[in-house]
Formats: sequence, C-alpha cells, structure tokens
Amino acid sequence: MDYSIKIGGEAGQGIQTIGDTLARVFSRSGYHVFTNQDYESRIRGGHNFYQIRFSDRPVMAPCEGIDIIVALDNASIMLHEKELSKSGLVIYDSATLKRNYEKQKFFDIPFAGLAVEHGGNRIMENTVATGAVLGMLGMDLKIFNEIIGEVFAKKGEGIIRANISSALSGYDYAVEKCPLCSFSPAPFSRPKMLVAGNDALGFGAIAAGCKFYSAYPMTPSTGIMSYITGKAEEYGIVVEQAEDEISAINMVLGASFAGVRAMTGTSGGGFALMVEGLSLAAMAEVPVVIALGQRPGPATGFPTRTEQGELLFSLYAAHGEFPRVVLAPGTPEQAFFLANKAFDLAEKYQIPVIILTDQYLADAQWTFDGFDPDRLSCTDYRVRGDVFRSLGEYKRFAFTGSGVSPLGVPGDAKHVVVVDSDEHDEEGHIVEDAGTRIKMVDKRLFRKLPLIKKEIAPPLFYGSKDPEIVIVGWGSLYGAMKEAVDALSKERNTAMLHFSEIYPFPLTDDFDYVSLLKAAKAAVCIEQNATGQFARLMRAETGYEFKAQIHRYDGRPFTVESLTGEINACIGRL
Amino acid sequence: MPALEDYKGRPPAWCPGCGNFPILSAFANAMADLGLGPHQFTIVSGIGQAGKFPHYLKCNTFNGLHGRTLPVATGIKLANHDMHVFAVAGDGDCYGEGGNHLLHAIRRNINVKLFVHDNQVYGLTKGQASPTSMEGMVTKNQPAGALSGQLNPMALAVALDCSFAARAFAGDGERLKELVKAAVGHKGFALIDILQPCVTFNKVNTYQWYKERVYHIEPGYNPEDRIEAFKRALEWGDRIPIGIIYKNYRTTLDEKIPAIRKQPLIKQAFDRSMVEATLKEFY
Repeated sequence: MDYSIKIGGEAGQGIQTIGDTLARVFSRSGYHVFTNQDYESRIRGGHNFYQIRFSDRPVMAPCEGIDIIVALDNASIMLHEKELSKSGLVIYDSATLKRNYEKQKFFDIPFAGLAVEHGGNRIMENTVATGAVLGMLGMDLKIFNEIIGEVFAKKGEGIIRANISSALSGYDYAVEKCPLCSFSPAPFSRPKMLVAGNDALGFGAIAAGCKFYSAYPMTPSTGIMSYITGKAEEYGIVVEQAEDEISAINMVLGASFAGVRAMTGTSGGGFALMVEGLSLAAMAEVPVVIALGQRPGPATGFPTRTEQGELLFSLYAAHGEFPRVVLAPGTPEQAFFLANKAFDLAEKYQIPVIILTDQYLADAQWTFDGFDPDRLSCTDYRVRGDVFRSLGEYKRFAFTGSGVSPLGVPGDAKHVVVVDSDEHDEEGHIVEDAGTRIKMVDKRLFRKLPLIKKEIAPPLFYGSKDPEIVIVGWGSLYGAMKEAVDALSKERNTAMLHFSEIYPFPLTDDFDYVSLLKAAKAAVCIEQNATGQFARLMRAETGYEFKAQIHRYDGRPFTVESLTGEINACIGRL
Repeated sequence: MPALEDYKGRPPAWCPGCGNFPILSAFANAMADLGLGPHQFTIVSGIGQAGKFPHYLKCNTFNGLHGRTLPVATGIKLANHDMHVFAVAGDGDCYGEGGNHLLHAIRRNINVKLFVHDNQVYGLTKGQASPTSMEGMVTKNQPAGALSGQLNPMALAVALDCSFAARAFAGDGERLKELVKAAVGHKGFALIDILQPCVTFNKVNTYQWYKERVYHIEPGYNPEDRIEAFKRALEWGDRIPIGIIYKNYRTTLDEKIPAIRKQPLIKQAFDRSMVEATLKEFY
C-alpha cells in the first residue's frame, strides 16, 4: 500500500490542521509517512496545499497519483484533479464551494452542515473532513479521538466532545455513502516518530546544548526559532529576536564569547547581512552555528519555495580566508544529528559551521522508529571554572600544534580573555607586524584545516554494489534520490551518492567515491539549482567532471516520478 | 581592592593630546573606585580610535566590528548577567554604522553601559564628517560643509525613554569618572555621550570651544522628569549641559527573561537526560 492525500485550499482555511492531524494519525498507527507543503507568501487567500503520503514501507518524497483530494476551495479541484490516481477521489462540500461536481470520482460531503449538526459550530468542519478521510480509508477513530483530546485539552470537555461527535459524523457519512472507496490499510504496528526538518534541527541544537539563539524571522528558517522558543524555559535557553540579521549574528558571537553554545538561523537575504559577522567569528575564533534555509533567489525570489542555490554562497561568503564547515542534511534525522555535529565542530575548532537546509526539508515531515540519543556527542571544549583558575598564565590565541587555542570563559578566573577583529597577537591585542600575521594565519587556517578535514564523513552510498548508473546529490534531495534508485534498479544496476557533509570536501581515503563515479557507465549530478553548484565544487575539489546533470529551479520539489523520468531522459541522451 | 596599575594595558597609539587619554584615565579610576577587577567586566568596542580603548586597559575584551558593539554586548550580558558589560564606541561607530542597534538596545533596556567617545568627526579615516558633526563643518570630503543635520544623542535617548542618559566632557575627568560610576550603579541601559576633542581633525570643536560652553547641570535638576529632560537635551550651542540628563527605572531585559531569572545562563548546565522525554513528544 502507498497512498497519497492532498488537502488544498486558501491560506487560513485550516489545511495545515487537517494535514498535521492525518499525518499524526498515520504515524501513530505505525505507517511510514512523508508530508510536504506548498504555500504562498500570504496569510489569507491564494492557493496552498498539504500533501501526505503514507505506506507500510519507508516513503521519503512526494509521489504522483493522488488517492484522496480534500478540496476546501474550487482551485484545489481545478489545479489538482488531473493528479488523481485511477481510483482517486475528490471530497468537497458543495455548500461551501457553491458548486456541484457531478463526475463519478467526486464525493460531496457536507463538512459545514455536519459540523453544525453534530458539533454545534461550523468551526468543526475540518474535524468532519478529517473524520471523513479516515472513514474512506477504513481506519478507526481511536487515535484521532486521542489527538482531539490532546489538542483541545485546555479548551475543556465540551469542545472535545463536540469535535469527537463531528469527527464521527464525517466518518459515518463516508463509510455509508462512499461507494468507491477501495482502500486496504495495513494492520496496526508500533507508533512511529513524526518530525519536520525545522523541528529536528531546532531540537538537534537543543540536544547539543545550545543555550542562546538569536535571529530575525525569515522563511523558511523561522520554524527553528519557534521550536527553540517553545522549549526555552524548560531547557534554560535565551531566545532573542534581533532587530536585523547583523545584530542576530553579533549577539550570538557575544553569547558564545561569554561561554555558552549559541546559534542563529536565516535564509539567503538574511545570511547576506550576516556575512560581516561570519568573518568576525573567523578572526575572533568564536564558535558559531548558522542555519541557512535556502529559498529561490536572487533577492526576495520565491519566499515560500525551495531551491539549493546557496551552496557556493555559503562556501565563499565573507571577506578573508578562514576554515569553515558546511553541512547539508538530507532528512530530519540527519538534521538532528548534524546539528549536534555542527555544535561539536564549531566549539572544538572555534570556527563557524553552516547548516544548509531549504524550504522543502524545513517543512517536510518524515517518520522514523526513533532517534538514538546515545549517538549525541556533548563534549565541553571550553576552559572554565577551576581548570581556568588553575592556569598559571592564559593567552586566548596561544600558538599550539593543532592551531586550537584554549577557549577561556571570561569571568571564571582572574585571567582576562581578549579577542579582536584586527589581526592580533597570542594575547588578543592588535598587531601590525608581518611575522605574527603569518603565524596567526598558519594557526587559524593551515594547522586546523587538516584536522577538520578528517572530521568530515564520506558521502552516503546506497544501491547496487556494481552500479551502471550512479546518481549524485546533496542536502534535501536524499529522499527523492533514494526512491529513484529503488525505482530505477528494476531496470538496471543503480546506486546513489548523497553528500550531507559538504565542506571541507570529503576525503577519498576511506571511500574512493571518485573511482566509483569513473567506473560507472553514467553518473548524473542532480541539483535543485540552475547552474550545478555542487558539480562545480566536485570538479574543483576532485577534478571529476559530471557529463550529465539535472537542474531544477522552478521552486518546486521533485516527485519520485519526475526525478526518475528526468534521470531516464538524461541517460537516454548520453 | 584593585589598584590603578592593575588596569595597565598596551601603550596607546592615539595622537598626543587626544581626548581619549583623559577618558581612559577616568574609566580606570572609576573601576578602581568601584573595586571591579579586570576580569569582572568586559569591554566591547568597535572600530575607530575609540575601538582601541580596551587594548590600552587590562580587561576582558571583545574588539569587534564597526557599529556592532551593542549586539555583541547584549549577547554577553544575556549569557552572563553577573558580568559587567561596557560598550565603547565612537560617534561614527555608534550613531552612524550602528544606529539601528542603538535604537533597539535602548528599547530592550539591556543592562549594558555605553560610552560614546563623541569627537564629532571621523578620526581613523582622517577627518570626514560624522553624524554629530555640526551642520556646515567643512572637511576634505564635505567641501561645502556637512549638509545633514547634527544628530542629538541626548534628545534621541530621552525620546526613546533610555534608562540612563548623560553627557560628559573629556576635559573634566573627575566629573566623567563620577558619571561612569553613576552609570555602573544604575540598573538599566546607560548612554554616556562623552564630548571629546579630536586635536588632529576637528578644528572647530576644540578643548577651548567646549570649555567656553559646557556647564554642570545644577544640583536641583530632576533627571526623572522626562519633559524637563527633553528641554535640557535640546540645549546645544552657547551652553552645553554636562551631567545626568535623564533616568528612569524600567525593568531590564535580563530581568524579564524567564530562563535566566534565577541564575545566569552561563551557570546553567545542559541536562542531557531531558532529551529522551522531548523525543516522546514527536510520537
């Protein structure tokens, strides 16, 4: 089984509530779930949709062929009717849409009418619709009723009862009057964890000991701030909304200097403002983690859509030469653990670490059996308290073999901690002399870099051990690529390389992925940008040049079918 | 108790006779009087001649970027509100490049003390007009005179309900020291605009020019009267008031944040065992 449900309507109609609830019902029922959202840059009106795919086997990208469309407006029908699978159905409320669709696959359910009749208020029409979908699927209402109880716990028994009655009315209506439903859900298994990219990243930061987060709201990274804010009091975290992104990164540098793990998050335009601070972090060797949620540019671009257009920007942004790490998670699970790695590397080497995500990954929800907290690393690399007090002397930028100098916490000892954006000596004071300059560049850059390179994991390999075709990609393309490998493997030996740790570019010592690419009949680099930024980086770093590339830059994610089709077409042209 | 020599830093690279010297001395004296050892406070400075200030002292130092002192100072204070945090900037740094941060630092009422070395000219870049240059001041880059109006930091501070706003004069070290101590003793964001002659590039606002105009605000003045404070803040020209122009007792930002009400962030260890409970919320 592999079903897709699409809920479409105007912004403000409650698409997300229906979508989130259904996704939660499916994940608690033990299904594998993938959801993604498509929305416009507006608060009311327009056309948005929420797509849920669920299956008894792992799903990790949207697919084509929708089984149920929940149409909250006429545009949902006009735009998405053609996406229906052979047995697909549209459910809608003719009273709300003020139109009747007489075709066979259309199913008119009085969402509003049933809500008034059974819940006492039209506001529960989305509860009716959710109940109806579950009725069509032949699932029971037990989990939905539990969720209603949790969501409305603060609103009291009356509201909970009204919603449960509304859900049942939609459910019964669908069971009785939907002759076309031919779904066969799998039997119940263990509940799964359901998590979105932004939440996983925010939680990953918290689980890495992040104590300070400052940002200016910007889609698609705002969700990270919202998640951390929700946990701030419980975990003892300060979240400060800055007046601009320049302030955000400088506040984070202040907090990090003072001795706590600190992070900021933004999108391309905000990152552009942070670039000056990024360079400061490098010079002052203050650890910082920056989440960069990409969206299509230039300038304001497509504010609510997806792209991988800032890989090279994240690599080359900022004046001066210094080491940095760029990570690009492909799944919420990778986002969680790479956030941990980002904080670890930032503090261990006193460098900026950038986590590249995009709107697609930020908003997409995936299911997992769980994250293993024992995989988290939480080493405190700072020199604090008694250890700091016991030092005979202290120089913030002392020359060491590794290039990493002791990161003292100011105020913990009588030693003063001095950092400077000017070139400085070991104590942190301004210098002008050439000798110290050379030694400091060697320390900051050349001594640290080989050590940082060793921390970077090779790309993830999946598929045939003797591949004819190798597809290559990075970041949020992971899921669609993996499903494409499965689909293409029916025809020929296919494999994929997925890069989630991008810079410094992974060494080939442990896994010679370049030879693998050279040995394949065809290697295709897939990117959600117009110019093939990763392919260029690969060429610069390894000398390997892709002959085949797929670039998508319409702001929309790949479906499994569209990616598979493009790969086939691309191979056909070779 | 720390002694004056405990604050001795690197030899200053300022011009002989620079108005920064008496500020440096007054500040060190204030710290000694208050008994704050070099490790007990942090100075965040920007770029410009004032930006070099903490290097010529001994103290925790974050010499960051031009205009960005207040965000860094805010981050430090929020992470460790037991630390005394001072921001030191010039008029170009704080009122020009960092103007937006000043507005919001005042609004936040972060418990940071800001000292602006206001010499009404750009020194480090050799003599261009600054936001506080008097309209019409002729410079190499402003041959027809500074065309923009002069920014009035005190009026701005009063308008924004700044918790503590004072004007000082570098030529009156004793008074400056007392104002620094008063600012440190005040709970809330404090701005001291320090009139500071630039002996090399500002040939208008000289020691002599200031001495002829500055006067100490009379003892009977009530700095908590905002309307009177605004009137006083507007005084400029023949008579320039020195002293505390305005103060109020607004709650500070760090007092309002629930996570740090009991103890500074820096003292709160991360409890990894909480992670498992949070993981359950995703089911």
